[in-house]
Amino acid sequence: MIRAGIIGLGKMGLSHAAIVSPHPDVEMAAVCDTSSLILDAFKKFSKVNVYSDYIKMIDKEKLDCVVIATPTRFHYPIVKYALNNGIHTFCEKPFSLSTKEGEELLTLANQKFLVTQVGYHNHFIGTFRELKRLLEAEIIGELVHFNGEAYGPVVTKEKGGTWRSDPIEGGGCLFDYASHVINLIQEIIGRPVKAKGTLLKKIYSKQVEDAVYSVLTLDTGLSGVLLVNWSDETYRKMSTSLTLQGKKGKIICDATEIKIYLKEENTNENLGKGWTIKYITDLAIPVNFYLRGEEYSAQIDNFIQCVIERKQTDVNSFEQALYTDKVIELLIADSKN
Amino acid sequence: MDRVLFGDNQFFAVSHLSDEKSREQAIRFKDDATIIRVLDQAMEVGINTFMCTTHDRIANVCDHMRSNPEKYRNFNIFPCMPYAHKYANAVTDLGIIGTIKQYVPGNIFSAFTKGGVAFIRKDFISIMELLIDSEMKMFRGINTPVIFIQNVLVDMILGLKMFEVFKEYDSYIREKYNAEPGYITMNMPALLDTLNSIGIENPIICSSINKIGFRMSGGKDIYEKYLKEKTFRPIAMQVLAAGALRPKEAIEYLGKFPKIESVLFGASSKSHILETKELIEKHLV
Repeated sequence: MIRAGIIGLGKMGLSHAAIVSPHPDVEMAAVCDTSSLILDAFKKFSKVNVYSDYIKMIDKEKLDCVVIATPTRFHYPIVKYALNNGIHTFCEKPFSLSTKEGEELLTLANQKFLVTQVGYHNHFIGTFRELKRLLEAEIIGELVHFNGEAYGPVVTKEKGGTWRSDPIEGGGCLFDYASHVINLIQEIIGRPVKAKGTLLKKIYSKQVEDAVYSVLTLDTGLSGVLLVNWSDETYRKMSTSLTLQGKKGKIICDATEIKIYLKEENTNENLGKGWTIKYITDLAIPVNFYLRGEEYSAQIDNFIQCVIERKQTDVNSFEQALYTDKVIELLIADSKN
Repeated sequence: MDRVLFGDNQFFAVSHLSDEKSREQAIRFKDDATIIRVLDQAMEVGINTFMCTTHDRIANVCDHMRSNPEKYRNFNIFPCMPYAHKYANAVTDLGIIGTIKQYVPGNIFSAFTKGGVAFIRKDFISIMELLIDSEMKMFRGINTPVIFIQNVLVDMILGLKMFEVFKEYDSYIREKYNAEPGYITMNMPALLDTLNSIGIENPIICSSINKIGFRMSGGKDIYEKYLKEKTFRPIAMQVLAAGALRPKEAIEYLGKFPKIESVLFGASSKSHILETKELIEKHLV
């Protein structure tokens, strides 16, 4: 059995705890948070050990792995402490607030040969996997443009007061919503190397941006647009999509479906001329325990399997997440120009 | 429970298949009157139970029902709480304590002092009961014979192994509301085992049941085994697998499991409602 601990019991941490705990190869030994309300609930209703100090938890519990879901500012010291104690580490996204710290964590993880992963869960959604496969098979020919978009109703009025509204803690739409889209673009289409015309717009928040717009150029030379807004209440929940325009057709992909338009039939892929729609019902990754979406369980399954086999993940590595942090820095720098 | 339960996803832009379809639905059901019209059409074809989330707009539907008591006298609502996105978005914005403060009436975190240090009273069961009461307020005067907890909460409690919470919920619903507690889940076999282990027998469990195994965690085989061998009161949902299956083959599949008591489905047109209802009554005897 793999002994696991969870650090940070907010929305994502609770969700991770609920997925890690029923995993057949895992014993969830301990949880850690600074809220006494949450810890008392665990004390009263569950059998796990509770801590308000992650250092004590790591020192005492002899864990094989930890899941870190604290506000982003704390990722650096906690990941560092876990790695220095030989513990395999799953860290929520975004990875770090400064790429200097991120580089240091990546180097440390490599030196220690530890298994690491970051929570960009969209890569465990069947439709985005299928998009990546179809682009590798070049079904829409040479790419000419992309749109990467995400919209949702997180901040829809002028108040609120968690770390997500505080720029020092890693709040704001850029670190939260936009990081997902940047990471998808980077792993599925190509790595952004240049940002132009970046707008970080405040809508309801006073200290952080609620929307991010930018023109990105990728390492392949392809350019496209990033459009992200977390203050859009016309969406019931976060909705993320990628649109690719190629010389031989077009693909629009989100978490529920992938719409493919081809100018000519593709016999290898069994796709006819015109529109074809593939649905998540055929593409979802099967899981043993479901909470909020297959992707959340599938990413934990992948991490635990990597821990068992002592192998590095090819999806959502520290290196990939660090690259997303670098693009975030590019966007911030460009927005100040 | 009636054989046929009418659902509400179509009213609130919930489509598991397409974001575009969600938006079309949001536009179509902008006015409460449109929701009420479709509900009336369901009643006209003989459906008498509406299973719905505790969405703010359901409160308006309830107001309408209370002002027409004769018409809706034999109509049941099965509330499903909470409307999860309301709380999920609030948690991102206000934090967990901020969210509880926003939605629980009164001052739940009454502070007290012990040895000069301020403590906050944390009576979790009272918080749960107050949250249930605040969600149930909109149904005052309406028949609610079964009251469900939504899958996101059921599966969270199940995953965290906080099984005692189910017990408290179960007895509160029976005692305070004189209703049968129900559970919606994406992990039916694991939930049934858990409920049995804490002494909850023959529970009402609503879960995905469909021919292609969509959202049937652990796989279709174990679901089929439980539907054949275990003692519980299953409600089938997502029977069309978000639209991947044609109604006829979907409902024929359910006919293999006589234990299924009810089928939950939603539709927006009278002809679709009637077609699905007739299929259910034909194949589930």
